[in-house]
Amino acid sequence: MPEITRDEVAHLANLARIDLSDAELDHLAPQLNVILESVASLSDVVSADVPPTSHPLPLTNVFREDVVRPGLTAEQALAAAPASEQQRFMVPRILGDEQ
Amino acid sequence: MTDWTRKTADELAQALAAGEVTSVELTQAHLDRIAAVDGNADAGIHAFLHVDAEGALAQAKASDERRAAGTPASYLDGVPIAVKDVLATEGVPTTVASKILEGWIPPYDATVVKKLKEAGLPILGKTNMDEFAMGSSTEHSAYGPTRNPWDQTRIPGGSGGGSAAAVAAFEAPLALGTDTGGSIRQPAAVTGSVGVKPTYGGVSRYGLVAMANSLDQVGPVTRTVLDSALLHELIGGHDPLDSTSIDAPVPAFADAARQGAAGDLSGLKVGVIRELQGEGYQPGVQARFDESLDLLRAAGAEVVEVSCPNFVHALATYYLVMPCEASSNLAKFDAMRYGLRVTPDGDPSAEDVMRASRDAGFGDEVKRRIIIGTYALSSGYYDAYYGQAQKVRTLITQDFEAAFAQVDVLVSPTSPTTAFKLGEKLDDPIAMYLNDLATIPANLAGVPGISLPNGLADEDDLPSGFQILAPATEDVRLYRVGAALEAALEKNWGGPLLDRAPELEGVSA
Repeated sequence: MPEITRDEVAHLANLARIDLSDAELDHLAPQLNVILESVASLSDVVSADVPPTSHPLPLTNVFREDVVRPGLTAEQALAAAPASEQQRFMVPRILGDEQ
Repeated sequence: MTDWTRKTADELAQALAAGEVTSVELTQAHLDRIAAVDGNADAGIHAFLHVDAEGALAQAKASDERRAAGTPASYLDGVPIAVKDVLATEGVPTTVASKILEGWIPPYDATVVKKLKEAGLPILGKTNMDEFAMGSSTEHSAYGPTRNPWDQTRIPGGSGGGSAAAVAAFEAPLALGTDTGGSIRQPAAVTGSVGVKPTYGGVSRYGLVAMANSLDQVGPVTRTVLDSALLHELIGGHDPLDSTSIDAPVPAFADAARQGAAGDLSGLKVGVIRELQGEGYQPGVQARFDESLDLLRAAGAEVVEVSCPNFVHALATYYLVMPCEASSNLAKFDAMRYGLRVTPDGDPSAEDVMRASRDAGFGDEVKRRIIIGTYALSSGYYDAYYGQAQKVRTLITQDFEAAFAQVDVLVSPTSPTTAFKLGEKLDDPIAMYLNDLATIPANLAGVPGISLPNGLADEDDLPSGFQILAPATEDVRLYRVGAALEAALEKNWGGPLLDRAPELEGVSA
């Protein structure tokens, strides 16, 4: 079982879109290793022919009739938005000036 | 003068039907109790994050008008209830005990909340919990911990500690919780209340802020088995808005509980799970469990030992499956559409805002699980972790199938120990996770389970819980067997266990 390093935690935090402070990285890395060690036993439990269970129920797609139903108004949908403008969510820019 | 807060929901429903009390009086009595004992993050039980006195009294008034017109909406019309803060409530704050959703007021109701309103139950407020339902102690709430009514220096269990404490402290006769790895049953066990995790899909999950979709289940928290059955009948059933909802009629749970209370379990075969007892279980918890087995035998049940060999891997399996699903679910809390938005200095991009907001908005336990999930799902590790856990999940389900081919129900202590001290396990995630040892297998396989109080442990005079598990969609067995054991225990005690809880001193909110 590979050890999870402090740098790797920083990389994972970046993938998960969370800024972690140095103190958090110092704290988390050893804790994550303890957790991973405790789950390492699973690698020896099953053989290749055991089918995986992703869900306790067999799931099928649910389709609804294609009819107009009452929904939220724009005001209701935007009520909890951090910022809005002209009945739209206002979010930070994604593209830079040069793009 | 009658203290209406000490009555069960069934007793309150009967009193309302007989015209002995109004819903407004009942609701006000519970609001007064909340104001007296609930307190805040620094003192008191702190079971509630938000109390909706105005809304509850308006619903109670409407209930009284229906009664007066002779058209009650349900048997429980007018009986107040508390709702875990993980369920969306229209017009009432829903935070999931997280800073990232502080101030969020949903524009819609979860299906179970809608059903409560249609049935006429006034909603007292939203109960405290571990942030995003991640924890076994309700210490991970961003708004401060809930305290156990039996001993306020101890945890009330988690993640639904607020719902269990509200019921145990007589702040609400009924509550809703959610159970992903034991979050209804374990808090019920350590607070001396009753908690039910229904069959997966038996109760709608629409409007539940999901932690792990394949595991989460909404269910009742009450003071008696019959009250759980009554509430379960009310919230159960198919919901076209939830693709995982079972399309089948709701069984007569309350009839099963009333039948069970008569105390005859002749012909019932009970399986004691060998792997969920003995070493690691507090001696007082084990002793109460063994005594309960004797009571089941005395009621006519045959008790045998059953082995479920893969249950020893359930904890590790859960702590891979759950963070994987959680890390995916919580990706939507990105500061773009709702909730907290932190804007770093300078000229930050959308990604900078997301990272800063998620750092400020999520607590330690949530971050820990997101990182674990991100790791286990990342390229190169998926097969070794998530894929392997999914296969062990199959083996655990097969263990249940083999066991239920031999017996009607399976039993174990609900939690290995009684309530531990606040702060005792905060820095040791593995020690914290061990509290869910006995409850997790049911979530992995989707089978139903109940926890009911079976006495006080000798070492600390704190409540222990007795867990009963049944095959999927056979929730009626929980109520029949649970009510029979409850009746036998209360006969021995001379009344409900919660009558022996210490009186709570008033605190200023």
